[in-house]
Amino acid sequence: MTTRKEWPLWEVFIRSRDGLHHKHAGSLHAPDAELAIQNARDLYTRRSEGVSIWVVPSAQITASEPADKDSLFDPAASKVYRHPTFYTIPEEVTNI
Amino acid sequence: MAGVEKPELVTAADEAALEVAFQARVDAETRIEPRDWMPEKYRKFMVRQISQHAHSEYVGMLPEGNWITRAPTLRRKAALLAKIQDEAGHAAYLYSAAETLGTSRDQMLEDLHSGKAKYSSIFNYPTLTWADIGTIGWLVDGAAIVNQVALCRTSYGPYARAMVRICKEESFHQRQGFEIITTLAHGAPEQKAMAQDALNRWWWPALMMFGPHDADSPNSEIAFKWKVKRQSNDDLRQRFVDMTVPQADYLGLTVPDPDLKWNGETGQYDFGAIDWEEFWRVVKGDGLCNRDRLDARRSAHEDGAWVREAALAHAAKKRATKSAA
Ligand SMILES: [Fe+2]
Ligand SMILES: [Fe+2]
Repeated sequence: MTTRKEWPLWEVFIRSRDGLHHKHAGSLHAPDAELAIQNARDLYTRRSEGVSIWVVPSAQITASEPADKDSLFDPAASKVYRHPTFYTIPEEVTNI
Repeated sequence: MAGVEKPELVTAADEAALEVAFQARVDAETRIEPRDWMPEKYRKFMVRQISQHAHSEYVGMLPEGNWITRAPTLRRKAALLAKIQDEAGHAAYLYSAAETLGTSRDQMLEDLHSGKAKYSSIFNYPTLTWADIGTIGWLVDGAAIVNQVALCRTSYGPYARAMVRICKEESFHQRQGFEIITTLAHGAPEQKAMAQDALNRWWWPALMMFGPHDADSPNSEIAFKWKVKRQSNDDLRQRFVDMTVPQADYLGLTVPDPDLKWNGETGQYDFGAIDWEEFWRVVKGDGLCNRDRLDARRSAHEDGAWVREAALAHAAKKRATKSAA
């Protein structure tokens, strides 16, 4: 019987081109950060999908609760004055 | 991201309301994400389907791996290696997607190795000649694409995203296979005969990849309700036949089905009856290669155990030296 001792899980973030954000690509198992990057290279950039990789232990990620979605994000919905389209500018005025 | 936390416990009364809300989300085409509440039955259903899919990618490397050292040219060998590496990647994406539902990689592998979990029966057929490698790419990856494109809009977010990624990578698999078969079919008579023989052996198993008729598929109803699937097995199979027969015609190969004919009324090909007894025989373990495939997976896992352990020990030692310094 094999012993149940898995390599820890890592979340992988890839910068697809210089100048762009790192974006979540997926997750993988690796014994340490160094090998997590190696594995991420093999798993997520086989077709030049990236120029930079971040790996984060999955256990280190704190996420918002799905149940809190409304209380967290609904308040922004009514604040239309945060968008430029809320304001009226005379038609003859340009470059604004 | 992985579902690192256990879902909260709910009372039976809450549960009914949650289930209604869950179905409403599904009906509204909102993807279900790992930390969202979901019925236990949905969770189990998805673990089963995604892990079986992962196992299929994983075991699927074996029939082709058989030909890496015997690929006829360096070009073919590089392509075959890249394809098989992709399949390993597909397995990894899918195992990760299943893990977001709370199962572990080790548990899934244990279920595969014990025979408890299934994988696609197509991989229990042997690859006897080089033409089989071309035919697998053409038909098996071709059928997989039809199935997987349909799954890109499945209701569970991580599964759908894995499918999108996989579909992008599959196209080259099918094309490299078709190129191999084209070369053989337009080659010497012996080569053409080899291609025909491979088509004869793989055609029916490829049609079986879409699964039983929906009437005989006990999970279909709930899979539709949860929008895990959106098209019936028979519809997808028909699409595959309609796509593939003209390709066989182009190659000058004969699809091994005397009942196959174009139906001008439906605008589709009619085709003969599938031997479901053979299908179930192979599913239940009596295919030509079931035992070989599982033995190969088990020994790969067991022979690699020391590497996994050593890597963990090395990582622990590095951490200890770092904190001591
Ligand atoms: Fe694949
Ligand atoms: Fe493939």
